[in-house]
Amino acid sequence: MTQLAWLIPIFPLVGFLINALWGKKLSKSASGIAGSAAVLASFVIALGIFLGSHSESFQPVTVKLFDWISAGTLNIPFEFLIDQFALMMLLIVTGIGFLIHVYSIGYMHDDEGFQRFFSYLNLFIFFMLLLVMGNNYLIVFIGWEGVGLCSYLLIGFWYKNQAYNDAAKKAFIMNRIGDLGFLLGLFLMAKTFGTLTFSEVFEASKAYSTDSSMMIAITVLLFIGAIGKSAQLPLYTWLPDAMAGPTPVSALIHAATMVTAGIYLIARSNPLFSAAPFTQNIILVVGLLTAIFAATIGLKQNDIKKVLAYSTVSQLGFMFIALGLGAYTTAFFHVTTHAFFKALLFLGAGSVIHAMGGEQDIRFMGGLKDKIPTTYKTFLIGTIAIAGIPPLAGFFSKDEILAFAFGRSPIIWALGAIASMVTAFYMFRLLFLTFFGEFRGTRHQLEHLHESPASMTVPLMVLAGLSIVGGFMGVPEVLGGSHWLKEYLSPVFGISLSAEAAHLSHTTEYVLMAVAVALAAAMIVYAKSLYVTKGVLPEQNEIDIKGYAKVLYHKYYIDELYDKFIVQPMSAISGFLYRFVEVKFVDGIVNGLGQLAMGIAQNLRLLQTGATGFYIFIMVISIIAALFLQVF
Amino acid sequence: METVSETIRLVPINWYLALSTILFSIGVAGVLLRRNAIVIFMSIELMLNSVNLLLAAFSAYSNNPAGQVFVFFIMVVAAAEVAVGLAILVMIFRNTKSTDINTLSNLKW
Repeated sequence: MTQLAWLIPIFPLVGFLINALWGKKLSKSASGIAGSAAVLASFVIALGIFLGSHSESFQPVTVKLFDWISAGTLNIPFEFLIDQFALMMLLIVTGIGFLIHVYSIGYMHDDEGFQRFFSYLNLFIFFMLLLVMGNNYLIVFIGWEGVGLCSYLLIGFWYKNQAYNDAAKKAFIMNRIGDLGFLLGLFLMAKTFGTLTFSEVFEASKAYSTDSSMMIAITVLLFIGAIGKSAQLPLYTWLPDAMAGPTPVSALIHAATMVTAGIYLIARSNPLFSAAPFTQNIILVVGLLTAIFAATIGLKQNDIKKVLAYSTVSQLGFMFIALGLGAYTTAFFHVTTHAFFKALLFLGAGSVIHAMGGEQDIRFMGGLKDKIPTTYKTFLIGTIAIAGIPPLAGFFSKDEILAFAFGRSPIIWALGAIASMVTAFYMFRLLFLTFFGEFRGTRHQLEHLHESPASMTVPLMVLAGLSIVGGFMGVPEVLGGSHWLKEYLSPVFGISLSAEAAHLSHTTEYVLMAVAVALAAAMIVYAKSLYVTKGVLPEQNEIDIKGYAKVLYHKYYIDELYDKFIVQPMSAISGFLYRFVEVKFVDGIVNGLGQLAMGIAQNLRLLQTGATGFYIFIMVISIIAALFLQVF
Repeated sequence: METVSETIRLVPINWYLALSTILFSIGVAGVLLRRNAIVIFMSIELMLNSVNLLLAAFSAYSNNPAGQVFVFFIMVVAAAEVAVGLAILVMIFRNTKSTDINTLSNLKW
């Protein structure tokens, strides 16, 4: 089956070409089926290889397509690496990607850009597959840039709205800032190690001592790339704005796949990061800050998708906490469970928006649980999962991260626990305000409320099922499990495995688990008392929000800060350079040359008098002059 | 041949040079200064003939017939050139009713 591995990215590429070139000629259902089938085909192949990878004799496979760059000593072939880590990522990308494709058939049904949407989705899957399958950093970078491009195309999908286009540009530009770091890291690696292939880089890095400046430089640069792509502080503001795109886009790109690319990069480079504990500390701090920061903002947002966006930023922070602690398997575990329940939550939100005829503000929702029961039930499952209530998926992965945190320092655990508490609170706030209480929308919306079609509800149910059982791939020994995921991924993260044991006594772990669950449950009860029993509603007018809540509502004024201190000075410099250097200097030179040519021509033209006598005279003079010059 | 060159050498070569130069200069001045196209042609002929004279003189002085053969060539070319030139002049006259070269300034900028 591994011989077919090269087909995995080809199917989505073909799907993209079909939809892009002949999309207008295809009917909507044909286009949707073509796009979804392409991803399904990739999923089937990935699943086949995955099932074969459980045998003892499975070795990671490198599939070389062709020699790509061969410049002197630098040799970069176009190669894929199929190992256990890549397989798990492939399953997530193609599996959840397929579910979202099916969902989009229902969700984008009335949109005239239907075929274009599917072509972009397939292109995204193609690039994401390149990213996770690459055997060297350069192919990862191709995929990295490609998913950034598709993110731009899909966020600005409804391009007639200028605000959406601005959001798309913002996402792309912030990504690029991170990409600069990634590129510099690539150059440094190519120069120092003379290669970009994973195995060779890791081999060469052993020559460097722990925390040597070279290792720190490379890992920090790679981390900067991850900050941009995975929306950590300070490059996170593009993610909430990216909610301008259609909801399936938010689910696929900004929840389950693209934003996890940063975590994939760092996890893949784990030998480098394990050799630079200094960078790991930086990652830990950034992850912690992001987790808490974004969670607090989510408390006061009223747009259903924005709450989920900040929740994503916060959960990504958790994953970076795990990476910073050296717990790579755990970070990836959380990636997987998060993909399940966050995609579920986003698709559920899309279902709610669809039912409400486009309304996204939770202040105008309420009482929907009887009207759209399937959506409600699946959304409830997703919310319970993200709050970390056992035995759903979120509990296992989040608890493992907190256990590692405690093993490092109780303070880190406390901060992580606080972030978890806030997560539980604002997620249930979202649930209660949307589905419970009185309906607060218009009569028109009430009359048109309907449950979504099967193409939308079936993926919801599948994801709900995954959110319930997904955690069982990583049951820790404390609870009697064998932690299948750690076993499976040990060949990949083996080097860092020794650092992965949390070394906590079983009692401590039980206590930590109990405390985490108790806190989450307490927050749920508190949220219920506030939003259901007392029926508290968010303020209708902005002016009524006071104090700390106001700061949270305005997202700590970070966007305004960036605008004032970065965007406007940049614009001013740019304007200055335009007016003086471009218009006066460069244009002056270019236009001046033109004027010079014209001036010379105008003066030379006067020689053409047309008088024959004058011509003969000049001829004679010239001959005499030529003869003289000959002599001298 | 020797007696011819001995007799010719009685007149110093510089005199021939001077004569030829003067004739040539008169020809050049005629070309530059005269307005009538026919007079310009005559001046061109004068220049050609001055060169012929000099070539014949050199040929006689150095007993080399090559110079005089070259004079034949020049005469043939001059004849052909006059034929063509006068034909053009006749056409111009038919169109502009004048032989004044200053009227031929249509190629002005």
